[in-house]
Amino acid sequence: MRHFISGLGLAAFLSALGISGAMAEIKIGLTISATGPAAALGVPEMKTIPLLPTEIGGEKITWIPLDDAADPTKSAANARKLIAEDNVDALIGSTITTCSVPLIDIVGEAKLPLISIQPGTMMVLPMDDKRHWIFKVPPNTDIMAGAVLKHMQATGIKTIATIVFSDAYGQTWSNAAKQLMEPAGVKLVDTEEFARTDTSVTGQVLKILAAKPDAVIVGASGSPGVMPVKTLRERGYKGAIYGADGLAGPDYIRVGGKDVEGSFIASNPFTVAKQLADDNPLKATALAYQSTYTAAYQTPAPYFSAILRDAGSLLEIAVPIALKKAKPGTPEFRAALRDALESGVKDKALLSGVFSFTPQDHSGIDQRAAAISTVKDGQFVLVQ
Amino acid sequence: MDSTILLFILQDGIVTGAIYALLGVAFVMVFAVSRVIFVPQGEFVAFGALTIASLSEGLVPGTAWLMLGLGIAAFVADCIADRRLITLKWLLRRLALDIGLPLVILGIAKVLAPMHLNILIQILLTFALTIPNGPYLYRLAFRPLSGASVLVLMITAIGVHLALIGLGLLVFGPEGYKMEPLWDAQFDLGPLPVTGQNILMVAGAFLVMLALWLFFETSRTGKALRAVAVNRVGARLVGIPTELAGQLAFGLAAALGTLAGILIISTTTVFYDTGFLIGLKGFVAAIIGGLAAYPPTVFAALFVGLVESFSSFWASAFKEVIVFSLLVPVLLWRSLTNTAHDDEED
Repeated sequence: MRHFISGLGLAAFLSALGISGAMAEIKIGLTISATGPAAALGVPEMKTIPLLPTEIGGEKITWIPLDDAADPTKSAANARKLIAEDNVDALIGSTITTCSVPLIDIVGEAKLPLISIQPGTMMVLPMDDKRHWIFKVPPNTDIMAGAVLKHMQATGIKTIATIVFSDAYGQTWSNAAKQLMEPAGVKLVDTEEFARTDTSVTGQVLKILAAKPDAVIVGASGSPGVMPVKTLRERGYKGAIYGADGLAGPDYIRVGGKDVEGSFIASNPFTVAKQLADDNPLKATALAYQSTYTAAYQTPAPYFSAILRDAGSLLEIAVPIALKKAKPGTPEFRAALRDALESGVKDKALLSGVFSFTPQDHSGIDQRAAAISTVKDGQFVLVQ
Repeated sequence: MDSTILLFILQDGIVTGAIYALLGVAFVMVFAVSRVIFVPQGEFVAFGALTIASLSEGLVPGTAWLMLGLGIAAFVADCIADRRLITLKWLLRRLALDIGLPLVILGIAKVLAPMHLNILIQILLTFALTIPNGPYLYRLAFRPLSGASVLVLMITAIGVHLALIGLGLLVFGPEGYKMEPLWDAQFDLGPLPVTGQNILMVAGAFLVMLALWLFFETSRTGKALRAVAVNRVGARLVGIPTELAGQLAFGLAAALGTLAGILIISTTTVFYDTGFLIGLKGFVAAIIGGLAAYPPTVFAALFVGLVESFSSFWASAFKEVIVFSLLVPVLLWRSLTNTAHDDEED
């Protein structure tokens, strides 16, 4: 029933967007969690597909998106179907980490490049024969946490507490606190978890207050992540509050109001593009894409949309190089495309950061992708 | 842990417990009248919350279209099932109730939504937009199975839950919504600040349960519902239309879910799929209460709320585990002390 419904929804969605799986020269398959618990990420990604180029290097390009409903079995089935039936030249996906992990073996066997659009590092580390084929767009959480750590050290913070989502995303932040910040001399005094659907975090916040940390890290995303910040301020917490990059977006200020004033957010340059210095290479492209997306859908462009657009841009760089070596639809082309991604992408400023891939490092974005901003008078303001 | 922290946690537990109590009562009522373990109860919470959030932003909520769709589907299903009984009067009546009513409410919503009217009118409109979905769902999914076993009904309920989740994504989209508090006041009770929203949540839940009690004790319809709950065959023999009772129970369940949704949307962000987990905790309360009587369910719901808020203080990583683990000892105790078999399970 669930698959039927999600299939039905997807069919309606795709026909509305006017995408079809017609025959073309270059085919790129996508598996995206457009329904199910990750729909808030997957739907903007789906909406990004019509904004991707329809022609690269003089060849027509066809995007074939499938919905995996945040179900790992489904994402694996999607990938196999795209490879076997549609003979795609590359894959993009999936939206969430759990749906991406099964793809490692599949692309390793089928020998075609995969562009991963989720932040988990297990897709590209440790480098081996399978991960040889995988390239990742979003920055590692460690890059964001590193920026937070740097800011904490600069402002003299000695003790921290974390309150994170009880899911994979929240875990990456509590792990970063344990493995990255503790060794650097910032003491972790309390670790709390909450669920996206909780109606209250009073218990967790009281526990944190009792531990008296200098700063609290909120490892959550979207508007549910505002609740701990609000509750901490309502209960009179005076210390610093750091929000994870998942919080950086218009909802944080819209829902949080005066309670989020003065809190710090680890943010990507795309979300705070307006605040970037004019000579920053990311500013112009980010603002241009934001206005394209807004013109198409009348809503601000979410970060997830920029990630998928960057995956498309990486192909725009690599496909012309690969076309010189082989014809699309052949194993030689897939291998050439992989080589082109690895050797052709050097210091390319896209939307979510500056990308460089090397044979050892397939996580493209470097430290420059992380910024710390604060909320001042209802606006994000860059501080570092 | 000092006394102030204790007070905070107690207050938090009671407020959450009041919401679970509303849902627990709905579970017990639907089960008693129709023998359905109503898994989609939580969807009414999410749909109610998202409906009032859309109205407060001046938009026509997706529930208006959902209701029209369900109404048409229920109409078609009835026309096929009762094709031998169709008369002109029957047809007109069904057309008016199943297609006319949703169209009228949709029209009202289209006119009123952009006007940003008083919150009370928005609340009334929200109820009008969500309550008819209960009876429509009953006629569409459960009425044709009214003689089936509890297990078949529960599997159907899970199917309805999955279908509603999919429809919810379609009509509301994947984004979450949150609203300003309905009553933005704060009172200090000693060291404990009590917000107007907290008072509304507890008082609202309490008043509605009092009204339900009066309805079941004094009104003719309420007594008929109780009669159906006690003995379906007997109720039918004395002339109570059991199918109408089912529709009524589902309508009440939709109203209780919607109320819970309206009460929580200003404390948390609600997504199209948020309701399930909240509903499940109401279900835990209903099970602890024995899935039979209302007062034990209410106390069990407060207990679940308190356990949840204490475990979020002591061991937040295991909060859900602790709440759902409450079921294990309760079920053990029930199966050891209660050896009688349900006479409907043959």
